Order: sequence, then structure tokens, then C-alpha cells
Amino acid sequence: MATLLRMSGISKSFPGVTALNNVDFDLSAGEVHALVGENGAGKSTLMKILAGVYRADQGEIWLNDRRVTSPDPRSMIDAGVSVIYQELNLVPFLSVAENIFLGREPRRAGGLIDWTTMRREVEELLAPFNLSLDPRAKIHSIGPAYQQVVEIAKALSLKAGIIVMDEPTAPLTGSEVDRLFEIIRNLKASGVGVAYISHRLEELHQVADRVTVLRDGERVITAPLSALSIDDIIKNMVGRQLTEQYPSAAENSREEALRVEGLTKEGVCTDVSFHVHRGEILGFAGLVGAGRTEIMQLIYGYRKKDAGRIIVRGREVTIHSTRDAVRAGIALIPEERKKQGLILGLSVMDNSALTIFDQHTRAGFIQWRNIGKLVRQMVKNLGIRTPSLSQTVRNLSGGNQQKVVLSKWFVRHCDVYIFDEPTRGIDVGAKVEIYKLMQSLAADGAAIIMVSSELLEVMNVPNRIAVVYGGRIVKEFEKGEATEEQVMSYALGLGGKAS
Amino acid sequence: MKLDVRYVLRSYGILIAFILICIVMTILSPVFLTVTNVLNVIRQSSIYGIMAIGMTFVILTGGIDLSVGSILAISGAIAAGSLKGGVGFLPVVLLTLAVGVGCGLANGVLITLGRITPFVVTLGMMSIARGLTLIYTKGYPISGFSGPFRFIGGGDVLSIPFPIIVFIVTVVVAWLILTQTRLGRYTYAIGGNEETVKLSGINANRYKTIVYMISGLAAAVSALILTSRINSAEPVSGTGYELDVIAAVVIGGTSLMGGRGSVWGTLVGALMIGVINNGMNLLGISAYFQLVVKGVIIIGAVLLDRLRQEQR
Repeated sequence: MATLLRMSGISKSFPGVTALNNVDFDLSAGEVHALVGENGAGKSTLMKILAGVYRADQGEIWLNDRRVTSPDPRSMIDAGVSVIYQELNLVPFLSVAENIFLGREPRRAGGLIDWTTMRREVEELLAPFNLSLDPRAKIHSIGPAYQQVVEIAKALSLKAGIIVMDEPTAPLTGSEVDRLFEIIRNLKASGVGVAYISHRLEELHQVADRVTVLRDGERVITAPLSALSIDDIIKNMVGRQLTEQYPSAAENSREEALRVEGLTKEGVCTDVSFHVHRGEILGFAGLVGAGRTEIMQLIYGYRKKDAGRIIVRGREVTIHSTRDAVRAGIALIPEERKKQGLILGLSVMDNSALTIFDQHTRAGFIQWRNIGKLVRQMVKNLGIRTPSLSQTVRNLSGGNQQKVVLSKWFVRHCDVYIFDEPTRGIDVGAKVEIYKLMQSLAADGAAIIMVSSELLEVMNVPNRIAVVYGGRIVKEFEKGEATEEQVMSYALGLGGKAS
Repeated sequence: MKLDVRYVLRSYGILIAFILICIVMTILSPVFLTVTNVLNVIRQSSIYGIMAIGMTFVILTGGIDLSVGSILAISGAIAAGSLKGGVGFLPVVLLTLAVGVGCGLANGVLITLGRITPFVVTLGMMSIARGLTLIYTKGYPISGFSGPFRFIGGGDVLSIPFPIIVFIVTVVVAWLILTQTRLGRYTYAIGGNEETVKLSGINANRYKTIVYMISGLAAAVSALILTSRINSAEPVSGTGYELDVIAAVVIGGTSLMGGRGSVWGTLVGALMIGVINNGMNLLGISAYFQLVVKGVIIIGAVLLDRLRQEQR
């Protein structure tokens, strides 16, 4: 097999952090080479260097045995490198065809766009994918799986020999994932090399030939997947054996922290009632779209409820806004942590202190000294790696950004913490850390609600599970009481009959 | 907390440019670096400088206030009208400030509860307030005041013109608010990511409304100074001021996207515009050229900022 790409000795530093240290990576024609590692291990940086977005401090890039001397985004695209980022780069209100040919629209004499040719070429490009996708459809109206396909088609139209995919399966459902893998196999057959970044280790054996594991900016191992089990990969990622992937929960007290009664919102949820004790973790299982996030936002006052009572530590509270909820002792750590949890342009300090300014103001003036002490302690407790508290959050790695979101709520010491998909998009090592954090919060007397679409974690981490289907809690289980199949069948609205 | 060094540093580029221009002016004109002229420049700058400080709050949240010039006109006209009607000095001052704050409140409520973009709301307010001014004054200036009111624009304290003192106080108070109070930190936070602020249990709409009230208040303060100084409230006064005011903020390095900037930058931006106007007058350069130069400086300042950002 011809070697398409060879990156050798790549190093890159950002202010205060070494992102990559002497990393090698190569890719052959017709190969899928997976790139895995914990958040902040350097995967994205390496791929951005390949895309010409970042310039490596040291190291060489060879494409088809020719050294690339001055990589920039344009020349790397021209050289046949296409990167499909996790946040897709499509224009929502343009059509599929326009997106594929953006900036390269076929034109007729006089400069007018040649729509006929454009459509025909797009149809040709899309034909191998074997799906019903209208080239005239607007991007915002098609699902994430199709958007992914549009990106791939765009890469192919650019005659890309190398395609980088960053977490391509994250937004996809099971059958869409299968279809994507089918497409990747077609790409392989036609001689394209694919660099494949993913946190979903269980997928790798289905799709990848080789795997490279990065840890803290260094390459740990490159090996054929046939030679490694998932456990081996995890071991290499974290540098330790994960003996305790799901740490066991402690006994909780019988004191009620939160009780919700008859929570109803038309078209969203109906008569949702449940309670959580102090020291307890309550899981909310269900499929995406079952209404779990919406239920949490209703409790938190981010949406207006039609009816329902909310009782915090035995006292009924009126919640009309997020402010009411926070004052009542409820915290919501949102699913989209970057978009909804952080202010990227502000410092670690400003982000972490956002929830406690109101508690530390005297005569109108913020008590920076108290706040500084609390935030510094929290940054230490959570192990947030940052050169200083005035560092802009944008410059931190993804994993550290996540922790800043947590620090912001932990400094406030709430009674109830609602975590919406706390482990989405993060790697195994970081997941265990999150589980442990939730448990230590619970051990300190807080009540935790954990919304998760990952069946295994939602069955194993919490003390109790509520299964949501169609905006209702259809079943509650104690930990260990139900099998995966039972929970899934309730989540599918089958009421446990499928087991 | 210590003075935030990064924000000061961000303003350095423009500060250096400002100092250079001052040096060049000193060389070119013997009049430039005299006490009289310097005080004159600062006093002239103080009118839109104060408004620019108010505008800094608005722009930090990612908003814009196009109505400041018209708010200045309506509050000035009402001040003049009520003075003429025999209302006392202190009530007039309070009434004038209330008019400015009220216009800002209307802006804020329409933007937050009405969910209309700041550009559109304040564009509308710009026209409404101007129209009301013309209706109230019937298109004629209201002039000729006496007593303590004349002191606001024309008085001195320890031979420093009173408008300069108001300007300095405004800057310091605004700096304290932005760095040492919740309102200030939330102002930056809202400009950085409003959804995060809302999800953090903060009533973002309330604080957004307050920044427009601050902008309106600043315009009313400037109205008092201007009306007192020229001893007249002109129905067309303040026309086009929003451009100089926004220019001062932008030259000062505050991002129109919100979340980044400082009052010190705005202070330099306002003085920069003042020095350029004054300098070109001293050199006898035509007012037409002055417009061109001002435009070049606005774009140049932002370009400078952009280059510094990309160096990282």
C-alpha cells in the first residue's frame, strides 16, 4: 500500500501548554487509521496541523513522499487533505449542492452559475451513497447524518485522498452509524486514507485498521487493531488499569432534597413526579427526544411549566426563572457545556465565580478576595490545569474547560445538582472522574440527578433510575434491579414486554 | 482586585498612537501643548466622552445604542424648557437625568422583553426622540439661562473646567462598576455568552436593560453640559453624535461583538478624537479632511487590534 501521509516528529506548544511532543502519524491508501486519546491528549491539534490551521513548531509533513514546506489551509486542501470537523462547516440556508461546490460553483459563459451541471455532478457524487437526498434541499432541513454525508461528498469532490473525520458518529443514531461505516468502507475500497478520531472505542474494531493512542501530547502506541483489545487501548490512553469504571455509590440518607409533583407542560411532559434524597444519585434514562432535558429545564425555570409543584428540602418553592431555581439551591449543568456553560472569552476566574457574585458582594462591591480564595481552592480540588486564574477559558483544553463548568457550580454548594449528559463526548478516563465527582458531591450531602443516554452508565452509576418515555416517567428501578434489556424496553415505550 | 493589566495592555497600541499624535502636534503647533488648549480639548471631548463611557457598557453586552444623540437633544430641550418655565435648578437636573434614563429604559425593555435587536430599537428611538424634541421646541432653540445652571458647562473648580471633572468622575465610577460590581462582571459575561449567563441563574434581561439606562443617563449628563455651555438647547443638537461616540468606544479597543473592552480604552479613544479635531483646526486643515482622517483612524484602530489578536 502506498503511503499517503507521513507526519514525523511533530511538536506544538501553546502559551503555557505543550500540546504535542515529537508525535509521528502516518496513513496509507485504503486504510482507516484511528486516533484516540483522552481530552487534551492532542488529537485535534495534530489534525489541525495536518489541515494547515496550526503551524507545527517542529516536525515534518510528507504527502505522497513530497515534503510539505509551508502548510496552510488552502494548500493542504489542494494537496487532497479534507478535514470533517465535529462542528460541521456547512452553510445552513444554502442547498446541498451549493454547499458541496461552495466557492467552486460551475459557471456558464457570462459568469452565471450553471445549476444543471452542478446538480448533475452532485447526483454523481452522491450516487454511491445510495440514499434519497435531494441536492436542492437546504442543509438545515436535513438531519445530522445527511449533513455528514454532504461533508464527505464535498471532500470527494475536492479529490481528497486523505479524509480526517473528527468524532463523526457522535450525532448519529445506530442505523446511521452503520450507514456511515458502509460509506467509509467504500472510501477505503477506492483508495482513500481515513484518519478517524473517536471516543467510542467499541466502534474502532468495526471500522479501523490501525490505531494510534496519544496521551498528554505524546504518542504512546501505534498498532494494528487486531493486536489490541478495547481494554488495552484504554490502558494506553490513561496509563493505568481502569479497575473501577463504575465506582459503587454510597448509602444515601432518607432526607428528601428535591420533590417534584405533577410537573406538566403541554407537548413536553405530563404529570412527572419524583423525588431525590440527599446523598443520592437519581438517573434519568431514556432515548434522545424523550423529554428528559426539557423536564430538567422546566424544573430549573429555564422553560415555563403549565403545572407542578417543586419542593426543596421540605419547603415548596416558586420557580419562575433560573434565578429562582439557583436561589432555591438547584444547579443545572447543561448538556452543551461549551455553548451553555462557559463564556469562552472571559477568564477562569470570571467563569467560575459567575454563580457566586451575588453571595460575595458587600455594599455593592464584589469581595474579590473571598471569591479568589474559593475559586483557587476549587481549581485545585478539580485539578484544572491552567497557568493562572486570569487565563482566558478559550485557551484551555476541552477537558479543562469542562471542569471549569463544574467549578462554577461546585463553588456555590447547591442542594441539588442536575447533570444533563455529563459524559457526552468525553473519554473513558474523564468519565470515571466525573462519576467520582458526582459521588463525592452526593457524599457531602447533595442530591444528584444524572440525565444520560448511555445505558450502561445510567444503570451503574446512580442509586435509582427513572425511565422516561414520551414525556412521562414510565418506570423506576433500584440499582441492580433491572437488566439492560428491561430498561431499554421501557425507554422504547414497550413497558418491559420485550424482555 | 488589582487593575486588570491585560485590558490596559490591549489599549496600549492605541495609547502609543495617541501619544505619538500629541508629540507630532506639539512640534507642528506651538499652541497645542498650552494649558488653555489642553483643557479646551478635554472639555470638548468630555461631551461625547461621557456618552462614550455609557456606550461602552452597551457595546460590552454586544449591543449598540444609536439613540444617544437624540436622547441628548430631548433631555437638553426639556432641561431648557423647564428652566425657562421657572423650575428650580436641582429639580431640573433630576428631571433631565430622568428623561435620559427613561429613554434608556424604553430601549432596554423593547430589546429584552420585546426581543427586537438593539440596532432596530435604538434606530427607532433615535427618530422618536428627535421628533419629540422638534415637537417640544417647535423647531426653535430655547436659550438664555442664568444662575447655577450656567456653572455645569462653564464653571471651574480650582481652575479646572467643571465638564472635565464630571468626565473624570464618570470614568472612575464606570471603571469601579465594571471591575468591582456584579453589574460590571455580568456586563462582560452577557457580551461573552448570554445563554450561559441565563443558565447560571442570572436575570440577564435586567442587566441588559440597565446598560441602556446607563447609556441614556450618560447622554442626559452630556445634555446638561452642552445646554449649559452654549446657553441654549438646539432642537438639532446631538445629531450624528452617535457616530463619534461609537467611534471613541471602538478606537478604544472594545469589541463590537461584546465581552471585551474597558473604559480606559474608551477614554483614550475619546481624547484621540478630540486631539485630532483640535489639531487639524490648529493646523487649518479643512473640516472635510477631518472627516476622512477620522474615518481612517477608526478603521486603523480596529485593524491594529485585529493584528494584535492574531499574533497570539
